[in-house]
This record gives sequence, structure tokens and C-alpha cells, in this order.
Amino acid sequence: MTAASGLAVEKEALATLDWAALLKDAVLAALVATLLALPLVGFQTYDIGGGALGIRTHFDWVATAAAAVFAGRLALHLRQRLRRGGERHGETLFARLGAWGNRRALPITLVGIAFAVALPLLPFSSRYLIDLGTTVLIYVMLGWGLNVVVGLAGLLDLGYVAFYAVGAYTFALLARDLGLTFWQALPFSGLVAASFGVILGLPVLRLRGDYLAIVTLGFGEIIRIVLLNWSPVTGGPNGISDIPRPSFFGLPFARSAPEGATTFHQFFGLEFSPAQRVTYIYFVILALALVTNLFTSRLRTLPIGRAWEALREDEVACRALGINPTNVKLSAFGIGAMLGGFAGCFFATRQGFISPESFTFIESATILAIVVLGGMGSQMGVVLAAILLVTLPEFGRAFAEFRMLIFGAAMVAIMVWRPRGLLAHREPSLRLRARRSAAR
Amino acid sequence: MTSANEVRETLLLVEHLTMRFGGLTAVHDLSFDAYSREITAIIGPNGAGKTTVFNCLTGFYKPSVGRLIMHVDGEALLLERMDGFRIARQAGIARTFQNMRLFAGMTVLENLIVAQHNLLMSASVFSIAGLFGLPRYRSAERAAIERARHWLDKVGLIERADSTAGTLPYGAQRRLEIARALCTGPALLCLDEPAAGLNPRESAELNELLLAIRAEERIGILLIEHDMSVVMGISDHIIVLDYGRKIADGTPAEVRADPNVIKAYLGEDELEKLPETTAADIALAADRK
Repeated sequence: MTAASGLAVEKEALATLDWAALLKDAVLAALVATLLALPLVGFQTYDIGGGALGIRTHFDWVATAAAAVFAGRLALHLRQRLRRGGERHGETLFARLGAWGNRRALPITLVGIAFAVALPLLPFSSRYLIDLGTTVLIYVMLGWGLNVVVGLAGLLDLGYVAFYAVGAYTFALLARDLGLTFWQALPFSGLVAASFGVILGLPVLRLRGDYLAIVTLGFGEIIRIVLLNWSPVTGGPNGISDIPRPSFFGLPFARSAPEGATTFHQFFGLEFSPAQRVTYIYFVILALALVTNLFTSRLRTLPIGRAWEALREDEVACRALGINPTNVKLSAFGIGAMLGGFAGCFFATRQGFISPESFTFIESATILAIVVLGGMGSQMGVVLAAILLVTLPEFGRAFAEFRMLIFGAAMVAIMVWRPRGLLAHREPSLRLRARRSAAR
Repeated sequence: MTSANEVRETLLLVEHLTMRFGGLTAVHDLSFDAYSREITAIIGPNGAGKTTVFNCLTGFYKPSVGRLIMHVDGEALLLERMDGFRIARQAGIARTFQNMRLFAGMTVLENLIVAQHNLLMSASVFSIAGLFGLPRYRSAERAAIERARHWLDKVGLIERADSTAGTLPYGAQRRLEIARALCTGPALLCLDEPAAGLNPRESAELNELLLAIRAEERIGILLIEHDMSVVMGISDHIIVLDYGRKIADGTPAEVRADPNVIKAYLGEDELEKLPETTAADIALAADRK
């Protein structure tokens, strides 16, 4: 299409626009925005001294919100009409980014890993940044774990945080009652969480979709409420504190060593610095996450992984091919839960203190959002989504009370532009062609 | 047709199969046999209970009454007592579906590899041998790919091996589903309307494929079909169902001449108006969609 004819089409489209309907629509949207904004941003309580609260009104903010929605709605519709009924022209930025990512998957992965390894050594690195990196990596690991259940096996699990909690509490209890260290307790955390995964899997074998989601949601809450109320064992709402920190091959990270032991900084003849522990913890989760990735991407190319994906595609066909759906589902739940348990164990040792408050539904929702946002089944997508979901609220701190608003807007924007997730590309688990060329 | 010097090998024995859903009897007292290296067709008007028979055979339904005996390696297995996935695994019955059930998001090759799941799973020893890429697993995987390649060649999909199954044209998806069933290494292949929605050329190719399977493999084929050019052209024997009852059983020629069959397809009144020889042909043609 030439520029001139394109302009003509645009003029024609503008002429046929139904301005009254457009304005009505925009005014309605602005009205809804006003109603929402009034209680949300219109009033603010503040301390007037002596413990009493006063109310401050922010009607200017409400007006700004309404105006922004009015203008935005109008602009959105105009754009759609001008593109002849909202037809998509060309590729969006994300689509091009995704395609580029797929073409250069290996170098991007290597650069990403190199960056993650070098992060604590970079000049601009700080304790805050390493802490943030640790949090991102926990979510990356959880995302990869949940990806097995949701992305590959297609079993919608809204209670994944339960396994994270089971892993964390397993380690906390083993450390408190049996004096196990992080590395000793790690396998048990995974094992116990995996058994809980299988226990959850058994009653939900016949359920799919919404029904499965509801049961798993309930399971997540059950675990949290048990932790909250079983005070003699779990400490109830007070949680468990003084969870031991991980040691470096038996060398603890402490200013002064307990009797008869050498600390990390003494052994290596370094000055003591709390940053050493933070950095070490960062490397532990980096290693755990990389092992998780290796493990799950390898499983995907094995019969068990393909059976998970086949189950997601069509359970009836699986049965007709002699695949036992029970085993396939339980293995997905079990392995997903095990990875969550490992992450939970790490979480406990990192925090040094755990309580049921850390394992609320919002955590499950965040992890699921990471998997869905990244693109179901995509390993790279999970990383991207985890970085986005964890760092976005952090960078948003500058905007104080508008932080979550920006976060929400970003989520909506991503789902509008990339409804199937950031990197929604499925790499086949094996190819006929590649094998041929390799054989030559 | 079985040649004279070959003994007919009974594969499947269906005895007094009855399937009731509440007050509805979908299949009533049905008995028939199917043989290895033969094509047995089940035909009948819509709602005659053909697919119900398949669902009973493959364990999706538990029959209300009756015995289903499958002969595998000299052993008689009672299908009505087995889980669906065990029927596919141990009794060697593979099936396709009336409205295709491919793993649409996976590639053609992956579809065929998933069909060999049990074989590969035991080679991967709870995924441990697979995780570490032990030679034992790798050679099993190579063999699985080789088998997939063999059937892809047969159904003419070798060029599309790495395409996503859902993107194939309709006829190719039908062929892929048959190839997938064959990759399980079945003794009995149950095809539920494989020619539905195929054009005449594709339908003729399907005939050739089924005849080739019968000639080359030790497989019995059980076929539900509406397309009479397929049924009459390749079946060794035909079972006709109407309202869940068997009304005829025999070679294509016998079935074609059977007055009961003509009655079932055209209704009694029509039959009287027509000369007998053409009635059956018209009836069967009417059923062709």
C-alpha cells in the first residue's frame, strides 16, 4: 500500500467514525475510573498527633485518573478503528523480541548465566542488588518447578506454595529437633514435599481444569492453616526462628567461630564481612536453580516429559496408547512438589526465620503468574517473567503508593500484547531432521 | 482374504456383549470374531452402537454383560476386566477416534514417540538411565525413532515429521493417527471411521494403506466405516449392526445381498418397491456421506 492511498484510507476511516459512540464509551470508562479511584486514591488517612487519624482528600488525583482513563480509552479505540477494526499490523516489539530469543537461545542462555555468576563481583553490585537477585532466583526456581505441573502436564495448581512451605518447615524442624544442617536436610525437604505432592495428586486424579484448581487452592490453604494452628510443632503464628545458615563445606559464615570450629573468613584469611554470607547464599540458589533447569529440561526430552505433555494435550488418547494417566499425573505432581520443597528449604535457611505468613495464596498466585506470563512450558520465559515480577515492584518504590498500580498496569499490558506469554514458543523434544544432519 | 494354506488365527472373540446406559441398550447380545491378518468391518446406521462396541473393547466402558477375549501369544486375556491403558499395553489393542485425538501441540514425530511410551519408559529405568543418557536408553530411543520413521514413510508423512501435528491438513491428521496407533505395536488395530471427511483420492490411499498393513504385518484390523467404497473394497468380513443388534455377518457379497441389511438402511416400505438386486446397492450408497 502506498503512503498516499494509506492516507486516503485513514481519512475515510476518520470520516466514518461514530464520534458520539466513542465519546460515550470513553465517558463511561472515565466514570468507572472515578468510582474506583475515589475510595482508592481519593482519601488518605494521616496522623494528626496523639494517636488520632485525620482524613486528607486527594480529589485532584481522582480527576487525574479519570482524565487519564478518558484519554487512554479514546486513544485506544481511535487506534483500533484506524487500523480497520483492530486488525494487527506487523509484529509487536515483544513478538520480535521473542522470535529473536528463540533464534539465539543458546548464546542468550550462556550470557545470562555468565551475568548471573558475575553479578556479585560487578562494580555496581551491592548487598541490596544481591538480595534482590536471590529473591529473583528463588522465584525462577519455583517457576521452573511449577512449570512441570502447569506448563508441561497442564494441571492447573493454585496451591503450589504448600510444597514450598512443606520444604521450608521440613528443614526448620529437622534443624531444630535433630540439628541437621542445610545440606543434610535439603534432600529430606525435597522428599517430604514430593510425598505431599503425591498425596495431593491422589484425590485429584479425576479432576481437570477449574475443579482441579479449586482443590489445589484448598490444599494450599489447608497446609497454611495447619502450620498456623499446630503450635506445639510448628510454633503457630510465631513460626520457627534461629534456622541455621548454610555453611561452606562445613565452614560457617560468622564473625567468631563456635568452639573448635573455623569460620569461612578465618580459613581463607579474609576480613569478616556479612556480605560474604549474602554472596554465598546467592551462589547457592543460583546453583540450585541451574540444577533445577537442567533437570527439568532433560526430563522434558525423556519419555516421562513427553507423557506429561501428551497428557496436557489429550488424556483419552494417552490411555488409548497404553499410558497410565495415574502414574503420569502423580509423577508430575511429585517432581513439581519436590522442586518446590528444595526451594522452600533454601528459603528457610536464607531467612533464618519462617512463619505461615510467608506462605499465603498470594505467593502461589505470583508463581503461577510467572509461569503463565513467561509462556507456558518455556524455561526462558520463566526467567524473564520472574525478573519482571520481582523487580518491577522494587523499581516502583520510587513511586511510593502508585507502585502496585504500575505493577497491575504492566501485567495488563503484557497480557494484551502477548496473550500467550512473553516467550510462547515450544521447542520440540526431538527432531528427525537434526538427527539426520548430525549423523552425516 | 486369507490364503488357503494359511490358518485363520482368531484374535478377538466377542461373546454376548451387551451395553446398557440406564434404560437404553446401546448394544444387545452381540457376538463376533476378528482374525489376525484380516479386516473386519462393523457397519450400521447412525446410533447403531458401533462406537460403543469400540469403547467396550478398549476399556472406556465396562460392558454390562458379555465376554471380550483377546488372544495374545497363546494367552487369552479378558478385556472386560482390564483398565483401558492395560488393554492397549498388554492386550495390544490400539485405536483411533471418530473425531481425532492427536497431541495437536506436539510434533508429528513426538506423537509417534509418545505412542512408544511404555517401551521407552522401561528402557529409561524410572528416567534415571534417561537422565544420564546411558547407552541402554539411547539405543532404545534410536529404535523408537526408527520405528516412527518406518510408519511415517508408510503413511507418507516423513516430510512433515517435525511439523506441529495440529497444523497438518485434515487427511494427513487422519493418517497420522493411524500411524500413531501402529507405533504401539498392536495385534489388533481398531479404526473408528478413518475415512470420515476424506476426499475420494485420500480415501483410496487409505484403502491401499490398510491393505498393505494387512499384507505385511501380523495385525488384525477392526473397522467402523460409513464410506462403502472403503468397506466393500477391502473388508474380509462385515458385521452389520442396527439398534445395537447384529443383523448380518459375512463377506461383503453376502452382506450386500442380505434383505435384513437393506431393510435396516432403507426401511421396509422402500424395499418392496425396488427390485432386489439393486436395493442393497442403493441402500449402501445412501449411507455414504
